[in-house]
Amino acid sequence: MSVLHTVNKSPFEKAAFESCLKHTGPGDAVLLIEDGVYAAVKGTAVADRIAGGNGAVSLYALGPDLAARGITESAVIETVKVVDYGGFVDLITEYDVSQAWL
Amino acid sequence: MAYQMNGSTVEHDEEGYITDLGAWNKELADLIAADENIEMTDEHWEVVNFLREYYEEYQIAPAVRVLIKAIKKTMGKDKGNNKYLYTLFPYGPAKQACKIAGLPKPTGCV
Amino acid sequence: MSEQEQEFSGSDVQKKFLYLNRRAPYGTIYALESLEVVLIGAAFDQDVSLAFLDDGVYQLLKGQDTKAIGMKNFSPTYRALGDYEVTKLYVEKESLEERGLSIDDLMEITYEDEDDDWAEKPSIQLVNRSEFAAIMAAQDVILSF
Repeated sequence: MSVLHTVNKSPFEKAAFESCLKHTGPGDAVLLIEDGVYAAVKGTAVADRIAGGNGAVSLYALGPDLAARGITESAVIETVKVVDYGGFVDLITEYDVSQAWL
Repeated sequence: MAYQMNGSTVEHDEEGYITDLGAWNKELADLIAADENIEMTDEHWEVVNFLREYYEEYQIAPAVRVLIKAIKKTMGKDKGNNKYLYTLFPYGPAKQACKIAGLPKPTGCV
Repeated sequence: MSEQEQEFSGSDVQKKFLYLNRRAPYGTIYALESLEVVLIGAAFDQDVSLAFLDDGVYQLLKGQDTKAIGMKNFSPTYRALGDYEVTKLYVEKESLEERGLSIDDLMEITYEDEDDDWAEKPSIQLVNRSEFAAIMAAQDVILSF
C-alpha cells in the first residue's frame, strides 16, 4: 500500500509540511497544493528538507497554485514535478490511499 | 434582478451594479445610464472609459477622491474637479459612473 | 454615506496606523481583507503604513496569475496604494531571505511625491528584523492580519 500525502499549508506558518515528511514511507508521494507550494521553492530555509530527500518519496507541486502565487517553474526545486489538475487526479487514482495534512 | 437587453438578461445586485463584469458592453452602458436618467455624451464616455482602464490596471474601482485626482492628472484640472464630475454624474462620479462602466461599487464607498 | 460625507473630517487628530501583514495571499482571506480595510481606511486622512513580514511578503511577489485557480488576482491593487496616499510599505529583509527571495522578486510599487514636484518614488522600504520593534513602538494603532 502506498500513500499520497497532500500538504496545503505554508511550511513557514504551520508544521504540517515537516510532520508530513516525517510520516512518509518508501513508495509514497507528497503533493504540495495551495500555500503548501511555497515549500517547493529553491533557496528557502526549508529547501533542504526536500533537496535532502533520498528519492524514495516522489514530490509534486500543483502548477495552478504556483502560478497564482507568482512562482515560476524555474524557481521550483528540480526534484519536484509540477502537475496540473489532471495530474492531481491521476495521482489520486495511482495511490491506494490519500492523507491530507491540513 | 436583471437588466433586459435585446432579449438577453444581465444580472445586477440590489443597487444596480452588474454581477458578471464580463457581461458589459456599450449598449448595456447606455441602458444602465438611462436607468440613472443620464444621457451618455462624449464627456460621460471619457470618464467611464477612464474608470474601465483604471480597473483593468489596478483591479479596483477607485474611491471618488482618488478618481478626481487621477482625472486631474491625466485630463487636467478643468475636468479633474468635483463640480465638473458631479455635473456629469449627479449621484456621484464614482458610484454612478462605475455602475455604468460595469464595475463593482468603488472600494471605500460605504 | 454619501460620497461627499466619506471625506471624513470629524477629527483633526492624525494618528499613526500600521497594518501588519503576516499571511500568504490566497490560502486564507486575511491578505485581501487587510487590503480592503486599508483602502477604506485611507479615506480618513490618517498616517497609514503597511508592514509585510513572515508569509506576508508573498503578497507582493510579482507575476501572480490566478486564472487557473479561479480566484481574483488582487496583487495589482497594491500598485494603486500610492493613489490612496498610502506610501510606506515596510518589507522585512529576513522574511524575504528565509523564503529565497529578494526585493527584485517583488512588484514595483511607487507613489508620486506631492512635496517634491510629483517625483515618482518607491513605496517599498526594506527593513531589518531588528528595526521592526521600533516601527511598531512608534504607532498609535496596529492592525494585525
